[in-house]
Amino acid sequence: MKKSMLYDWALLCSILIISAILLSIFPDRKRTVIGVSSNFFIEMILILPAVMVMLGLFEVWVPKNIVVKYIGKASGMKGIFLSLILGALPTGPLYIAFPMAAALIRKGAKISNIVIFLSAWACIKIPQEMVELQFLGLHFMLSRLILTVAFVIIMGLLIEMIMKWRHFEKFNL
Amino acid sequence: MNITVIVINGIAIISLLIAFIKDRKKAMKSLKIAGKSFLKILPMALIIIIFIGLFLGFVSSRDISKFIGDQSGFTGMLLVGAAGAVIYIPSLLAFPLAASLLESGASISAVAAFITTLTMIGAITLPIEIKEMGKEIAFLRNGLSFVIAIIIALIMGAIL
Repeated sequence: MKKSMLYDWALLCSILIISAILLSIFPDRKRTVIGVSSNFFIEMILILPAVMVMLGLFEVWVPKNIVVKYIGKASGMKGIFLSLILGALPTGPLYIAFPMAAALIRKGAKISNIVIFLSAWACIKIPQEMVELQFLGLHFMLSRLILTVAFVIIMGLLIEMIMKWRHFEKFNL
Repeated sequence: MNITVIVINGIAIISLLIAFIKDRKKAMKSLKIAGKSFLKILPMALIIIIFIGLFLGFVSSRDISKFIGDQSGFTGMLLVGAAGAVIYIPSLLAFPLAASLLESGASISAVAAFITTLTMIGAITLPIEIKEMGKEIAFLRNGLSFVIAIIIALIMGAIL
């Protein structure tokens, strides 16, 4: 983690140097570049700390095993709903969701719920929706959210059907 | 200051107050985690912000709309969708980038495709996904995600 942070800061320094060079070669672009960057900086700094505070609160208050506990046995509409909600909780990057999902499969959870859980984790995260609202507006955020939820559910059911069809024996014991 | 900023900061402050009333120690721990994650994302956020400035300063809206604007149609959307599937940017930082594309003439469908593939499909995390979930589920999920991203993008373009 320390190493990747160092890498990020080094990248930031180099992009700063590159932009300084570019702007000294093309001084007429200075106004646009600095204007645009400072606008985006202000929008970002107004919202990022709040999002981080909420992430921190969730991390401490919501136990990690809540996912395994609730999705493990749930099925039907309730299973779909729980998978969506638990996936959407602000609980870190996608790669930590895979081991959880694998554990769920071993425990016999439904494939559809696991796919829905993973996809919700990837793209319906609550902090993510907040930042989308800030930058792209209510209409864009809401319509994309509704469509994503609908299609993620369809995809989950579809993948479960395909898996059942391909491994008839395994899932119909 | 727009309404979104006020609402989100309001929710954060109220939740933090409740947290402090319920359990001071846990609340302090949350704040520490928040500070750490903020520092962790900060350099990348600044990189994206500078990149957006350079991008809008040097690439003309005409070029952007030519490649991924309304007249670029389906190919433009597939192009950004594919880019979104391969690139790895923290999703929180994808939205300002998407907003800058939209501002400079990209079509709604292209931007929707970009965000959806960016968040749902991870070329970088694919090896972990295969290892944990097996090849079949991993490929099915990522492949179908691309298809639904394009469908979502097309619908978004039609209704917005």
